[in-house]
Amino acid sequence: MTFLVEMRGIEKRFPGVHALKAVQFDLQPGEVHALMGENGAGKSTLMKIMSGIYPRDGGEMFVDGQPATPDGPRAAQDLGIGIIHQELSLMNDLTAAQNVLIGREPRRSFGRLDEPALNAKTAEIFASLNLAMDPRTQVGTQTIARQQLIEIAKALSYNPRVLIMDEPTAALNDAEINELFKVIAKLKADGVGIVYISHRMDEIKRIADRVTILRDGAYIDTVDAADTPLSKIIQLMVGREVTQNAPDIPDTTRNDVALEVQNLSHGKDVRNVSFSVRKGEILGFAGLMGAGRTEVARIIFGADPKDSGAIFVHGQQVDIRTPNAAVQAGIGYLSEDRKHFGLAVDMTVRANIAMAHLGEFTNRLGVLDEGAMNDTALAYIDQLGIRTPSDMQDVRLLSGGNQQKVVIAKWLLRDCDVLIFDEPTRGIDVGAKSEIYALLEDLAAQGCAIIVISSELPEVMRLSHRIAVMCEGRLTGILPGGAATTQEQIMELATQRDTASVGTEDVI
Amino acid sequence: MTASTPGAPTATLSRIIAAGTHQRVLAFASLIILLIGFSIASPNFMQTSNMIAILQATSVNGVLAIAVTLVIITGGIDLSVGTMMTFCAVITGVVLTYAGMPLMLGVIAAVLTGALCGALSGTFVAKMAIPPFIATLGMMLILKGLSLVISGTRPIYFNDTPGFSEISRGSIIGDIIPSVPIPNGVLILFIVAMVTAYILNRTVLGRYCFALGSNEESVRLSGVNTDRWKIAIYALAGAIVGIAGLLIASRLNSAQPALGLGYELEAIAAVVIGGTSLSGGRGSILGSLIGALIMAVLTNGLRVLSVAQEWQTVVTGAIIILAVYADMMRRKKSN
Ligand SMILES: Nc1ncnc2c1ncn2[C@@H]1O[C@H](COP(=O)(O)OP(=O)(O)OP(=O)(O)O)[C@@H](O)[C@H]1O
Ligand SMILES: [Mg+2]
Repeated sequence: MTFLVEMRGIEKRFPGVHALKAVQFDLQPGEVHALMGENGAGKSTLMKIMSGIYPRDGGEMFVDGQPATPDGPRAAQDLGIGIIHQELSLMNDLTAAQNVLIGREPRRSFGRLDEPALNAKTAEIFASLNLAMDPRTQVGTQTIARQQLIEIAKALSYNPRVLIMDEPTAALNDAEINELFKVIAKLKADGVGIVYISHRMDEIKRIADRVTILRDGAYIDTVDAADTPLSKIIQLMVGREVTQNAPDIPDTTRNDVALEVQNLSHGKDVRNVSFSVRKGEILGFAGLMGAGRTEVARIIFGADPKDSGAIFVHGQQVDIRTPNAAVQAGIGYLSEDRKHFGLAVDMTVRANIAMAHLGEFTNRLGVLDEGAMNDTALAYIDQLGIRTPSDMQDVRLLSGGNQQKVVIAKWLLRDCDVLIFDEPTRGIDVGAKSEIYALLEDLAAQGCAIIVISSELPEVMRLSHRIAVMCEGRLTGILPGGAATTQEQIMELATQRDTASVGTEDVI
Repeated sequence: MTASTPGAPTATLSRIIAAGTHQRVLAFASLIILLIGFSIASPNFMQTSNMIAILQATSVNGVLAIAVTLVIITGGIDLSVGTMMTFCAVITGVVLTYAGMPLMLGVIAAVLTGALCGALSGTFVAKMAIPPFIATLGMMLILKGLSLVISGTRPIYFNDTPGFSEISRGSIIGDIIPSVPIPNGVLILFIVAMVTAYILNRTVLGRYCFALGSNEESVRLSGVNTDRWKIAIYALAGAIVGIAGLLIASRLNSAQPALGLGYELEAIAAVVIGGTSLSGGRGSILGSLIGALIMAVLTNGLRVLSVAQEWQTVVTGAIIILAVYADMMRRKKSN
């Protein structure tokens, strides 16, 4: 049979990195083919070659059995290959519709735009996605999740025969993921071939037909998703067994309270939130996207103002109005949106790690001590397993997951008493995930108070000593961590709406 | 009833602000305040002849500001508009005075020269990946030099082309309605503004202006030929600069090859005062027009009040900083 797309012996080198070594991949019509591998394994690179963004250094590619070498996104689109990129790439100043149909705007004569047609066409696509959004919404004002949905709508608007999804669910909540999976099922039925990249293992079982595994740029195997246990896939990915077991929850009830928040309020986003974290404790924050968890963190960190409420660090009331003040008070915050807030992507790994802490690396004249920075950077690269040819590599060139590790390194260096991790493992592979879990547990054991915001329930349950659940800006409850709490209990609190219209249909 | 009355204008105002036009509203309000202030300070200020002088003084800077607005919205900058304007005027001089061709050809030559120069800058930026600041800085010097070389450093007069000075100084409107002798130069400014605003908001070219300024990589990954559009945008800006060249040459009835440097900064100032973001992706022609008007009113008003020229420059500088600061404060609040 002829494949929709077939790639053989694909080679790709970047300066200092042999990103793909004789990799093969094929795709049949109407299948979901998952592409798995650790951070930096080369998944995105392979897909960028398929979609004409990078040229390949060697190997062959066939579309419908015909040799094909798409030399740009447009050429790939003409072959019917569409891609949803891992990093959001939307035009924030434009509306949703203007983004979705960029390059194919309905036109009148003389290059005039047909704006009503543009909006109508986009509305249709949104409707097919069950996405309630005005096509005229400005993209920059939307949450990451909704921006991701706009990206998906954009990719679908090309009517692709091959659709590559590079971690499309990294920012979506469960309901949105379900919507996406419905769309995927529909596309499958229409004979579209889908390449699916994700670090969420459970999704693979749910939607993939076949799984191809890459490790360190090399092709490992292609297996049938239904017949292969996840543990086997994970083992193929990381080349060793990964233990996922959580350690016992330590008793921290007698430790000092490191951070206490009383009646924090800010508009509708945060309403009367009170909680405390003790030294050595990991407090998880669960809730649906938009429940106000990030907002709470940003207020504590001084990135957003509060309307009312009090914050105490080690029993002392503090008045934090800027992130700088927060850091002075010993509070660190790792943003969920690393591209915008967490990293200077055009600077090196070393510079980024040292960034928040340059004072440590200067001599009395204010001259930077590159040697010391180098040592520190290498230590963290080693500790976190950051995959980079050297600490002088630009962060922009690292794979998504490795960028996230750089952010973590940066904050670990600050030596904060209270660390707030907002979606710390978004886009991070299973192996690195368990490393990061171990790291957080280590930090807690050393006396750090840790807050983890995560939309992945298994993650919150795995990590937290206690679980705070938020819904619509309110803290709806705090549950014990570990086996004492079930997913259902958390979901119930996470959907405990204020109004009478509490409905189970929202839960999904 | 009485209690609800004050609420109504506030609501309208906040709606206008919410529409993202805040900076423009602010600029417009400043313009009105300036006008009122100056007319209280000096009875001569509000006279029709002075108002027309202000508009006339706005025309060249206004047209240049419109051209620069396009480039700035793409996230670029154009430092060459001042000397490009002069270069276009010189070429027109060559066509009309040296070669003795008919007026229409001179007009076409100016616009075409501008478009070609713009396309060249655009090519440097798009194809050779030279940062706009550098590419247009180079163009600025190249065109200044070429103007001097071609003209032999001497002004080219348009005495042989009688209709030429009418382009800027005649008044078609005045011929029809004698009580409003608005000069053609001003009329042209408003026509250019309307046409460009239409292009910017209603055409594909305009859409890519904003898209490029907002996230160029994203546009490229969407399969759009970004290079071509960028060159087109710079070319359009250049064509508009050609019109400015006609206006200034017509007003002076000569092409002055040494003129031009400094005009680009005035134009950029007008754009910034009008609320167009220097980081690209946001901006409007109306804003730039208001910005140019503010600068002209300020210069004129201070002159009417006999404030020394030097101080006018100082005030203009302060206004720029104030305008951008006001914009920054608003953004911070809305976040
Ligand atoms: N443009 C580039 N220049 C240099 N190196 C690059 C470039 N793009 C990717 N790399 C390197 O190639 C390797 C493969 O990266 P890739 O982005 O394909 O990984 P990935 O499997 O998608 O990982 P993740 O799961 O973290 O997204 C990495 O080591 C990365 O640092
Ligand atoms: Mg990737």
